[in-house]
Amino acid sequence: MSTLQEIPWLDKAAADENAKAIRQARTVRNRYNLLRISWLLPLLINRWPQFVIRAMTLAGFVFTITAGLIGTRVGSHNFAIIFVWIAWWTALKLSFIPFGGRSWCSICPIPLPGDWLQQGGILTKGRGLGLNLHWPKRLKGSWLQSGAFLLIGLFSAVTLTDPRVTGWVFVALFGLSIGLSLVFERRAFCSHICPIGGFTGIYAQTAPIELRVIDTEICAKHDDKSCYRGCPWGLYPVAFRDSATCGLCMECLRACPQDNLALNLRPFGADIGKPRTAKRLDEAFLTLVMLGSVLAFTSVFVGPWGWLKSAAYAIGSLRWVGYALGFLALNLIVLPGLFSLAVWAGQKYTGKKFPLNREIANQAQALLPLGLMAWIAFTVSFALPKWGYVVAVINDPLGWGWNLLGAGNILWSPDVSGFSPVLQVILLLIGLFWSANVARRLADSDYRRTVPIQVFCLAFTLGMLWLLIG
Amino acid sequence: MPVIKTIRWQPWAVWVGLALAVLFIPFPTAATTPTDRTYHIEASRFEYTPAVLTANPGDRVTIELTATDVVHGLSIDGYNLVTTADPGQTARLTFVADRQGSFRFRCTVTCGNMHPFMIGKLEVGHNTLFWRAIVLSGMTLVAGIWKLKK
Repeated sequence: MSTLQEIPWLDKAAADENAKAIRQARTVRNRYNLLRISWLLPLLINRWPQFVIRAMTLAGFVFTITAGLIGTRVGSHNFAIIFVWIAWWTALKLSFIPFGGRSWCSICPIPLPGDWLQQGGILTKGRGLGLNLHWPKRLKGSWLQSGAFLLIGLFSAVTLTDPRVTGWVFVALFGLSIGLSLVFERRAFCSHICPIGGFTGIYAQTAPIELRVIDTEICAKHDDKSCYRGCPWGLYPVAFRDSATCGLCMECLRACPQDNLALNLRPFGADIGKPRTAKRLDEAFLTLVMLGSVLAFTSVFVGPWGWLKSAAYAIGSLRWVGYALGFLALNLIVLPGLFSLAVWAGQKYTGKKFPLNREIANQAQALLPLGLMAWIAFTVSFALPKWGYVVAVINDPLGWGWNLLGAGNILWSPDVSGFSPVLQVILLLIGLFWSANVARRLADSDYRRTVPIQVFCLAFTLGMLWLLIG
Repeated sequence: MPVIKTIRWQPWAVWVGLALAVLFIPFPTAATTPTDRTYHIEASRFEYTPAVLTANPGDRVTIELTATDVVHGLSIDGYNLVTTADPGQTARLTFVADRQGSFRFRCTVTCGNMHPFMIGKLEVGHNTLFWRAIVLSGMTLVAGIWKLKK
C-alpha cells in the first residue's frame, strides 16, 4: 500500500502513526545515505546515464528476441537461451537482488516502449497516448504475479530450453507491457503482472539498499507531491514500509525540490522481522510459490530423474498433465497447507490466538532469507557448470557456425564439482540461520510460537540439500 | 579454581567448535574389498537408465553406454572422464572409483533442448558432505531455537 489514493492520512502525514514509524526508522543507526557520495547524486539526477544503460539492455533484449526467433533451435547453442537463462538469470539472483534489491527494475527495458508511448517522450514528457485508467482494486497485490510465475513454472522445461519459446515469451512480455501502458496509468505491468518483478520484489526486502524519505515533516508541508506525480510506479515514498514495491527508478529523487530522499545502505534483511498489522496474504502466497518453484525446478533441472524432465518437456501430453498437476499441488496445496499448519500449531502450542491469516502473512517473512538462498544455491548448481556456454554463444550467437571470437567449437566446461556442492551447503545453512533469526524477531517473547516454523524451514532445507547434493 | 570460574563458555564458540568437529571428524567407513562393477546404461533423449549408479571406494567401475536414439555422451563431475556413443552403438568406460561422494554425470553431446539437464548420479561410498550438512542443519536449527529461548 504505497499509492497516493490509498493513503487517507496524506494531508496529516506527519501526525500519523505510519509517518512516525518512518521517522523513527530514519533515526535508526546502521544506515548510510549513498547520496552523500559527491559523484553519485549527479549521476542519478541526470536521466542520461540511466537512459544509456536502459537503451543497451533494450538492444540486448531485442537481439535476444531476434536470436530466439531466427537462430538455431538448439537451446544450448542459441544466444537467447544462454543469455537469458544462464547469464541474466544468474546475474539477477547472484548480484542484482541480494545486493541491489530491485536495482534490475531501474534498468529493465521491458516497460520502456510503453513508458515512451504513455508519456509521449523518451526523456521528457509530451502528449502521451493511452487511457490512463486506474488499475482495478480487486486485482491489486501480488496474486497475478504469483499466477504469472506459476505459469512460467508449468512451461519451464520448454521456456528455458527452446529459443523460439523464449523469444516469444519476451515478445509477449513487451507486448503486454505496452498494451497495459496504453490502457492503465503508470507501470501497471511492472507493479501487478511481471513475474520477475514479483520475484525481485519479495526478495528485495532482504537487500542492503533502500530508498526512503529523510524527513516526513517536509513531505507533509509539500502540497505539490511532485515525487508521487513523477513516480512511474505510482508510489508515494513517505508510505514506504519496505522495499518490495520501489523500482529504484530515481524519478522521486529528480522530482523532489527539497532533496528530501535518501538512498540508504542498510543491513541485510532490514525490512523483515517486524510484525506487520496489515494482512498481506498475497505476499505470503508469493513467498510460498517461490519456495515451491525452486523445489520443482531443482528436481527437474538438477535431479537425475529423466522421466520427470521428459514429462515437464512434453507439453500437452498426459505425462505433462501429471507434472503440471504435481507442480500446482505442491505450490497451491502442499506448501501453503504445511506452512498454515505450522503457524496454527505454533498458536495452538502457546495458547495465543491471533487471526490466522494475519499470522500466516506475518510469519511468512521468515521464509524470505531461506527462499533467496535456496534460489542462489540452485543457480550455483546449474549455472556454474554451464558458464562455458556464455563464451560459446558470444562466439556464435545464432548457432550458424560463426566464429566471432576465434574460439572455434571449443566449449570450456569448468570443473566445479569440488567447491560448488560445498558452496551450496554454505548458502542453505546461511539461509536457514537467517530465517531462524527473522523468526526470533517475529516471536516477541514467546519463542515456542515459531518452533513449528523453524521445523518447516529445516524440512525445506533438508529437501533442498537432498535434491542438490544428495 | 577461580580461573575456571571466570571462564564463560560462549555458546557461539561451542557451536563453532561442534561444527568444525562435524566438518572434519573422519566418517566411519566399513572396510570393503574393491570389486569390479559393470553398469549398462541406456541413454535416450534427456534420460539415463539407470540414472543412479553406486560403487564402493576403490571399486573398478565399467560403464557401457548405449545410445538408443541420437548421439549421447557421458562425463562424470570430479572424474576427468568422457565417452560418446553413436546411435545403436555401445561405448565403454572403465575407471577406479577413488573419490568418495555423490557425483553428477552429464551428457556431453548436444542431443536436444533439454541436453544441458540430462543428468545422472554416481554414488561412491558414503555421501559424507550430505550427512555432515544434515547434522549442521540440525545444529543450526537448535542454535536458532536456543537463541529464541534467550
